[in-house]
Amino acid sequence: MVRRYDVELVSVTKRYGETLAVDRISLRIPRSSYCCLLGPSGCGKTSTLRMIAGHESISEGDILIGDVDVAGLPPARRGTAMMFQSYALFPHLSCLDNVAFSLKMRGVAKAERHRRAREFLDLVHMADYAARLPAQLSGGQQQRVALARALIMQPSVFLLDEPLSALDPFLRVQMRQELKRLQRELGISFIHVTHSQEEAMALADLLVVMENGHIRQSGTPREVFERPSSEFIARFIGGHNVLPWKNGMIAIRADRCTLGVVGDGPHVFGRVAVIEYQGPVVRVALTTDAGVEVAALVPDQLFYRQSVGVGDPATLSWPAEAAHELAH
Amino acid sequence: MAISSTGTSAGDERPWTYYALGTLFGAFLVFLYGPMLVIYILSFQGPEGGVTFPMVGTSISWFVNIFEPGQMANIPVSFSRSIALATVISLLTVAISVAAGLAFRRPFPGSSVVFYAAVASLVMPSLLVGFGIGLGFRFLGLEPSLFTSALAAQLTWTLPFGLFAMFAVVNRFDRSWEEAASDLGASSWQRLRYVTLPILLPGILGVAMTAFTLSYDEYARTTLTIGSKNTLPLEIYALISSATSPTLFAIGTLTTAVSFLLIGVTLLLVFRTQHRRGLMRAG
Repeated sequence: MVRRYDVELVSVTKRYGETLAVDRISLRIPRSSYCCLLGPSGCGKTSTLRMIAGHESISEGDILIGDVDVAGLPPARRGTAMMFQSYALFPHLSCLDNVAFSLKMRGVAKAERHRRAREFLDLVHMADYAARLPAQLSGGQQQRVALARALIMQPSVFLLDEPLSALDPFLRVQMRQELKRLQRELGISFIHVTHSQEEAMALADLLVVMENGHIRQSGTPREVFERPSSEFIARFIGGHNVLPWKNGMIAIRADRCTLGVVGDGPHVFGRVAVIEYQGPVVRVALTTDAGVEVAALVPDQLFYRQSVGVGDPATLSWPAEAAHELAH
Repeated sequence: MAISSTGTSAGDERPWTYYALGTLFGAFLVFLYGPMLVIYILSFQGPEGGVTFPMVGTSISWFVNIFEPGQMANIPVSFSRSIALATVISLLTVAISVAAGLAFRRPFPGSSVVFYAAVASLVMPSLLVGFGIGLGFRFLGLEPSLFTSALAAQLTWTLPFGLFAMFAVVNRFDRSWEEAASDLGASSWQRLRYVTLPILLPGILGVAMTAFTLSYDEYARTTLTIGSKNTLPLEIYALISSATSPTLFAIGTLTTAVSFLLIGVTLLLVFRTQHRRGLMRAG
């Protein structure tokens, strides 16, 4: 039978002394998928990644990579490769020797390993920089070299620890596309740890939201965004208004809300607190009479047709079917 | 523009404390290097001159005097002893403090006790350390000598320094370099050989040089543990108390030159390693 999952976590737990960093999480990552572990800092996402990589021992539970239980296997024998947040390029080696490092460790002859290293530098468009030392490269270039160095291992699972956090916003979007392209072309699974919901939504086939050592929700980005399972998810994923309604809490996407029209539909009254021009939309934040912060994303054309100012009374309304009840 | 011009004018007028502290620092430099400078100049005293100014002509006869048989006969041989001892001290200090520096990265049970025990010898009176080691050797019926008691006594001095220096070096070492090496399939030996040691190399050379120079001019600990054959500092001290002539100054100039030569060579080595790394890959 063809194997269905690249990585399986079964009740994996990580303890540091008394503190519980990861609490019995289970997760299955289908073949060739882009999986993002998303969560605030300290949620256990990096510990999870490092346990998969083999840089952290597993306190309890099992990790299977390609149906092999990897507990006790050293990092290099797990079929994984990892790209570190700091890139961890060896400062005393040229880009070429950095990329060729794993081949050298395996005893591949110099000419051969340099030839292969050049191929991988080519893959990330860094062939012209082969002779440079890491210190002579920009952050984005360093990242490409780190990428080549990991990929030359021909891993079945590629692990990325906050790979884009050190880049400026423009480069971040560009590298994001490149990571997705590489994942598609190589046909292997990527596990990408991030605290940016925007990044995770753009990249993930499987989005896993973690908090406090637990997986709070997992699914496609669309499932998570359309049906956040809890107040935490709705707030963390962003773009939602979370407010008390009848007997519980509801989440409504801010882009489904409208301003000023009091019809039969559900609505709340408040005052305009903040107006932010965001290009295609204008974000209008209200403080409701009950003191809850809510916002509407108003298309710019609509906003300037019936403009409001800070401090004006306003009504936020939404179609009834846009409200999503949150489990507590 | 307005901001930058304000900035310049503020920079032009320094407070009086700048000049006061500057003068103090100048005085300190004179105090530090003045006497040594006097010795270097007087070592070129003319053959008829004495140990004080004025200079009566210039000559290198006092340098020649060192290598002539007679009163100074022990200088060259004690110099070679000092160099041999300093080399061994330097190698041992590097080996032990690099290993210890790497070990101390992770706290282990009793690590702070071990640490304080290791550095305590820095604050112990040096004469007492030497005295204790000398006594211990006599108590055990062992003959004190260069590569036993003197070596051990000097290590009590160089090892804590080496350890402190390695702490500073290892502090800047990113743990993820090692993790990356393991990730890329390096065995723990390969990791040490190809990643950890090369990255730490400039710091290691610094430790080696420090240990060498500390050993080369160590006096207090060595004097009570050396036995009958003197190192260079001990020999010079014996000469100072028995005879005064500009030959002593010539010895001072020569030994200082050796120290500076060593430091210069080490620094050159460090820079060349870095530089060649850059160039070799470029070729």
